[in-house]
Amino acid sequence: MIQVFKDVRIDWLANRRWFIGLSILLMLAGLGSAIFRQFTHHQAFNLGVDFKGGTVVTVKFKQRPADEAIRAALVKQGVRDAIVQLTDKPDTVLIKLPLEGQGAESQAQVDAGRTEVRNALNVFGPEAQPTLELGADSNAAYKIIATDAVGAVAGAQLRNKAIAVTLAALVGILIYIAFRFEWTYGAAAVIAVFHDVLVTLGFFSLFQWEVSLTVIAALLTLVGFSVNDTIVVFDRIRENRKLHRRDSLYKITNDSINQTLSRTVITSGLVFLSVLAMVLFGGEVLRGFSLALLIGITFGTYSSVAIASPIMVWWEQRIEAANRAAAVNFSRPLKGGGPAKTKNLGRDVVSARAGKQ
Amino acid sequence: MKKKNLVQRTVIIFVVTLIGLYVVIGPRHRPTRHDFTWSGIKATLASNIRLGLDLKGGSHLVMRVKTEEFLKRLTEENAVAAQNAAKDAGFDIKEARGETSGGNYRVVLVPADPSKANDIRQAIEKKVELGERLGWSFSSSGNTLAWSLTGAAQRTLADDATTQALRIVESRINALGVTEPTLQTHGSQSSHQILLQMPGVTDPERVKQLLKGESRLELVHIVSPPSPAPSQTYVTKEEAIASLNSGGGTIPANRRVLPYSERAEPTAAASQNPNEQKPVRWVVVESPAIIDGSELRNASAVPTRAGSSDEYEISFSLKKNGADKFGAWTGAHINEYMGVVLNDEVKSIAFIKSQIFDSGQIEGRFTKQSAEDLALTLRSGALPAPIEYLEERTVGPSLGQDSIHSGVRASAVGLALVVLFMLFYYRGSGVNAVVALLLNMVLMLAGLILFGATLTLPGIAGIILTIGMAVDSNVLIFERVREELRTGKTIPSAIDQGFGRAFITIIDTHVTTIISSMFLFVFGTGPIRGFAVTLVIGLLVNLFSAVYVSRTIFIWLLSRKQKVESLSI
Repeated sequence: MIQVFKDVRIDWLANRRWFIGLSILLMLAGLGSAIFRQFTHHQAFNLGVDFKGGTVVTVKFKQRPADEAIRAALVKQGVRDAIVQLTDKPDTVLIKLPLEGQGAESQAQVDAGRTEVRNALNVFGPEAQPTLELGADSNAAYKIIATDAVGAVAGAQLRNKAIAVTLAALVGILIYIAFRFEWTYGAAAVIAVFHDVLVTLGFFSLFQWEVSLTVIAALLTLVGFSVNDTIVVFDRIRENRKLHRRDSLYKITNDSINQTLSRTVITSGLVFLSVLAMVLFGGEVLRGFSLALLIGITFGTYSSVAIASPIMVWWEQRIEAANRAAAVNFSRPLKGGGPAKTKNLGRDVVSARAGKQ
Repeated sequence: MKKKNLVQRTVIIFVVTLIGLYVVIGPRHRPTRHDFTWSGIKATLASNIRLGLDLKGGSHLVMRVKTEEFLKRLTEENAVAAQNAAKDAGFDIKEARGETSGGNYRVVLVPADPSKANDIRQAIEKKVELGERLGWSFSSSGNTLAWSLTGAAQRTLADDATTQALRIVESRINALGVTEPTLQTHGSQSSHQILLQMPGVTDPERVKQLLKGESRLELVHIVSPPSPAPSQTYVTKEEAIASLNSGGGTIPANRRVLPYSERAEPTAAASQNPNEQKPVRWVVVESPAIIDGSELRNASAVPTRAGSSDEYEISFSLKKNGADKFGAWTGAHINEYMGVVLNDEVKSIAFIKSQIFDSGQIEGRFTKQSAEDLALTLRSGALPAPIEYLEERTVGPSLGQDSIHSGVRASAVGLALVVLFMLFYYRGSGVNAVVALLLNMVLMLAGLILFGATLTLPGIAGIILTIGMAVDSNVLIFERVREELRTGKTIPSAIDQGFGRAFITIIDTHVTTIISSMFLFVFGTGPIRGFAVTLVIGLLVNLFSAVYVSRTIFIWLLSRKQKVESLSI
């Protein structure tokens, strides 16, 4: 039997300050980038045509190049994030460009889009004379036959609704975990999910990758992965607390993370590899989607060990301490309450709260 | 485990698998030999699964809302209303008309006594939506009063009309059951265009007709001697206008001359026929109408005669307010004639036998479909202005065919990696995982088809998450079984314990995700819903494939020997 890990004993929680520090740093970097971009470019994120609307340029070719070639020509011209769509006519394509900057679509925008497309497409040959049909101009390779402004598919309304619905779903998660475990577990899991989404969005702001509807789908997916991962660890903690009632929550949490470590590495590793295949071979259009998934899965796995568990342990210890303080007020201080406790105060606190099942 | 239990499990799995396979790749027609070839199976699969616009392409329609018609109608209605308001206040009005020319919209009133112009203006602006505040600038010259619509107000009203038209088009599209349409404004704001994309629809004729239907319904008073005399109709329009005795052949603002085609075939069916039957008669009706379509509560298609299925009419009912108004009016006009007018065409004329309150019929030789379409458009409300189609074409997938190909290739690579790893790492038990994974995918597709869901990229994201969690379920189980083996348990009890323990975790992860997906499904829209649907179906299926099926395979392995000494895991 091949095994990834055999009897690991890593003290994960000892490093919690480093973990949480790193996460805060990453989130601050993302937030800083978003605020900075908002002030300098009036856009925290590079929103795509789906969200902002943009310009549709209809081009008729004599010999239509491959989609990839058109896209490459546009990228060379500095036009990223264009959507190239075929039509029922084999020689005609639609090129959708996202709106530049803020504000509604205007004629100037449309004209700018047309110029950009013309500059890019000139690598295939010159455009036909404005007065001539494409067929009549023997030198020309293509002709722009129409330019239109389009509204956003996903307007502010849809975006706000998406955020509201996702928050509602997180509340649902919180309640279910609180019901099956403790509410501290639910809160810790939801905080970890927030962290994953914020870090992923931070990357998108920092590198100005385009945020399209597909990225939203990826974010929904990473929420699922992250919660899944966290629950697996929590589930083990719940089980171990019943088996080893004398152990501290600190030790139990470390043990549980270690016991599930091979599962965590195998599952996350496999999903990571599959998504990596998508990043590498999935093509330009799906890159935003697969990148968001790749980052999300990495941090979703990381956060269940490095964020959710420490927060849960810290919170439970606080409650424990408060309970003990309350108990002390009623009875005399416990004699010899356990030297182990006083030795490692703050670290090893025996939990009296039995896990639910 | 008992033998009987194993047989029962095996039967259940086989039946479910066969049903799943049939739903996914079973042809929906009598199978031919071609359906069993590779390309045949691919074709059936493609026709069974509905793909969204981003993956498959579809119809692309650009329409324009004729807002100038809307403004024209508004101006004319205001002219009638102004005249009536002035008359109610006791002023005599010689003439009232709505003027539209060269982008200007004016309500013009000629009072009998020009010296009272200011009083008339006040009386009118109190009751009618005219006035500076509403964007109608007033002017008077000589003996006429005029309100003209300012440019800014024109733009606001036209934009509102477009927004309203967009909403009505949306409700009609939804009522028709077009799956996952994209609807957005198109062109610059002043062009009042709407872009509609419908995945998989390659022949949008019916949708086009249905969206175009203005469906302005009015119940009007016909100017005619009362019954038993027949209703007054005219052979030509000129004759009808002449009967008004208004002099100069003009139509006063409180009258309309409308065509009346007795029992002609209207709507979709008729316009497909180029030799459309010309209206034969003309009638004079009072304006404004007694009530209009905004008072409509419901409309439905019913057969004209019981049991007949080739001729339909539309039965409608009115809202409370409209019914009160209509009841009061019909009560006061017994034996007179009223008409049902649809889009400025009189559809039927009837004399009022007794007071009518809240229901009526639109007669005409409708086919079942044209009657249903008309009822649908009536229910969704009248378009504020007619729409015209500027552009229609079939488009390829918005993600791009090549991107989809590379996406599929990349997923295949990813899936192959997963399968290879499972077989390598878990050996014999890896086969379990792979069988469970494949079954999961088949059943998930079957679920999507059965629920009639449309597969879009967010849906594929849901599938990816499902596959991830399916792999995870197997890993959880196998790792747990290994742990139990390490503690020195016998193989049957290790499998038993491993499944039992892992099952608790699997239930928790699945239920959490299903709960959150339910939220996404119930409250979410479009893409978010697509994600939630595939995820919920996938996870429910996974509980069956990863736990039940995988367990059954282990039971079968154990049942083959009396004493099991080794397990390939």
